[in-house]
Amino acid sequence: MAKAKTKPARFHREGMEVSIAVSHAVQLARAEAIAAYPITPQTHIVEHLSSLVADGQLEAEFINVESEHSAMSACIGMSAAGARTYTATSSQGLALMFEILFIAGAMRFPIVMTVANRALSGPLSIWNDHSDIMAARDIGWLQVFVKNGQEAFDHTVMAFKIAETPSVLLPMIVNLDGFILSHVVEALEMPDQELVDQFLPPYSPRHVLNPKAPVTMGAFAMPEIYTEVKMKHQVTLTNAAGRIQEVWDEWGQLTGRQYYPVERHLTEGAEILLLTMGTLTEVAEIAVEEMREAGLPVGLISLRQWRPFPFAALRAAVGDAKLLIVCDRALSPGGAAPPVLAEVRSAFYTQAQRPDIIGYIIGLGGRDVPPEAFKDIVAKAREEVTTGPTQEFHLYGVRG
Amino acid sequence: MLEIRFHGRGGQGAVTSVELLALAAIGEGKFAQGFPSFGPERRGAPVMAFLRINDHHIRLRCKIASPDVILILDPSLIRIQKPAADLKPEGTIVLNTHKSPAEVRQEYGFKHRLALVDANTIAKEVLGVPITNTTMLGALLKATGVVPLEAMTKPLQERFGPLASKNFNALKAAYEKTHLEEAQP
Repeated sequence: MAKAKTKPARFHREGMEVSIAVSHAVQLARAEAIAAYPITPQTHIVEHLSSLVADGQLEAEFINVESEHSAMSACIGMSAAGARTYTATSSQGLALMFEILFIAGAMRFPIVMTVANRALSGPLSIWNDHSDIMAARDIGWLQVFVKNGQEAFDHTVMAFKIAETPSVLLPMIVNLDGFILSHVVEALEMPDQELVDQFLPPYSPRHVLNPKAPVTMGAFAMPEIYTEVKMKHQVTLTNAAGRIQEVWDEWGQLTGRQYYPVERHLTEGAEILLLTMGTLTEVAEIAVEEMREAGLPVGLISLRQWRPFPFAALRAAVGDAKLLIVCDRALSPGGAAPPVLAEVRSAFYTQAQRPDIIGYIIGLGGRDVPPEAFKDIVAKAREEVTTGPTQEFHLYGVRG
Repeated sequence: MLEIRFHGRGGQGAVTSVELLALAAIGEGKFAQGFPSFGPERRGAPVMAFLRINDHHIRLRCKIASPDVILILDPSLIRIQKPAADLKPEGTIVLNTHKSPAEVRQEYGFKHRLALVDANTIAKEVLGVPITNTTMLGALLKATGVVPLEAMTKPLQERFGPLASKNFNALKAAYEKTHLEEAQP
C-alpha cells in the first residue's frame, strides 16, 4: 500500500481480529446508538461494542433486541432521534431485516451497518459468499466492499462521514467477507482519537423526532407523489458518488491510503481483465502477477463501490480490453446472469466498443478460492472466446 | 512466507495458539494472518487452524494447502486426518509426544524433519492441567525461530492476565526440551 510522503505520528500498528478492528472504528467514530441481535448469525463486532459500552469506553446507547427486524427498527428510531447509529449483521440476519432496510433507505437515515457477507440457507451454510447482500441489492443504501482488515477499518470510519453529509443523508453498508475476513487476526494501522475527531465532526441532524417540536417522519405517499419520492431517492443516491470520492480523498490525505470506486491492478496493456469484489481481489492480484510474468496480458479491476454503481469509472477502467471476466460470489437462480455480471453487461450494452464479457461464479458457501482458480478461469474464458459463448455464465469448480 | 497449520481437537486451544503467535509476529513488526478452519464448533472434534507469517502484507485468503510446518496437539489425529500428506518435503512436523524420533517415524511413517516434545507432561507439571496449546508454541518456536521467546510475553499477558507467567514458563520449558531431528531420506 502506498504511504503518504509525510505522515504525522498519529497512528499505531496493532494485530487484532478484523471484527474487533471494526468495533474500534465504530468506537473512534463515537457512535451514539447501537442496536443488535447478539447471537448467530453475528460477528464479534457487536459483542465487542457491547463490552466497550459496558466498560464505559464508548458513550452510547446499546440495545440488545430480540431479532434483526427489531435491530433495524430500533436503529431507525434512534437515527430519527438524531443519534449517530450503527449495527452489524450477516446472512439470515440481513434477510430478517429485509422489510426495514428499505424504510431506512427511503427515510434517509444515515445509519452505518457492517454486513459480514455469508451464504443464505439452505442448504444450511454459515460460510462466506455474497448471496445475502445481493438479495438486498435494491434497498436504497450506499454500499461498498472491502478486501482486507485495514480497509474494513477505514471504510467503517468513512461511512459515517459520507452517510451524514447533508446532501447525501443515506444509510451505508460496508460489506466484508464473512469468516475469511471477519474472523482473521491480522495487522492494522489505527489512527488516534484526535485524528478521527478532526476527520469526523459530530452528527448534526437536519430533522429530529422531538416531542416538544413535533414533525411527521415516514408519512405515506399517495400515487401522485410516490414516484417523485423514488426519483429523488435515485438522484440523491446516484449523486452521492461525488461526495464518496471527496471523503475517500480526505482520508487518503490523512492516512496515505487512497480509495476509488473501481480500482486497477496491472491493467496497463491488458487485453484480458478479471473483475472481482471483496477478498477475492488480493488473491486474484497474485494470479494476475504470475500470469503477467508468464507473458499473458492479464489485468485486474475490482469493484469497491457497488451502490451507486460506478458506470463511468468501470468503463474507463476496462478501456479497450478485449475480454472481461466477471467473478460473482452469488447466484441468481433462473436469472439472466449473477448480479455483478448482469450489471456489468448492462453497463457495456450501449457502448460502441465493448469487450467480450464472460461470467464465473466462484467461492459459494465458503468454497476455497486459491490463486490457481483465477488462472484456470482465464484459460477457460480465452478458450470460450475462440469457440463462441457456451452458456450465459458458469459455476466454477462444480463436481460432476 | 511461513505457512503453519495447527491440528487439534475442539477445546484444545489450537485457534488460541494461532492468534497468540500471529499477535507476537505482528508485535515484532512482521505481518501475520491467523484464522480457524470455520465450521460448527464441537468439543473434541478434529479442528484445524491456520497461520501465515510474512515480511510483507499477506494477500492470500484461502486455506493453507501445502504448509511449511504442521503442529499436532493430539497425536490421535494423525490416523484420522493424515496431516503430513500435503506437508512440503522440506517441512517440519511439530508433535506432542513422549515417544522418541525413531518410535515416531516407525509408528507413523514420517520422513520429514521432526520437532518432538512431551507437552502433556510439561503442561501438567507447570500449568497443572493437560492443556498443551501454549506449551506446544515453545516447540514451534524452537523448530522455526520465527519470533524470539520474549515476543510471546505481551500476547500471553493480554490473553491470560495473571496466568500468563505460568503459560510462558510452560512454553519456555517446551522450547528447552524439544527434540529436533532432521528429515530422513
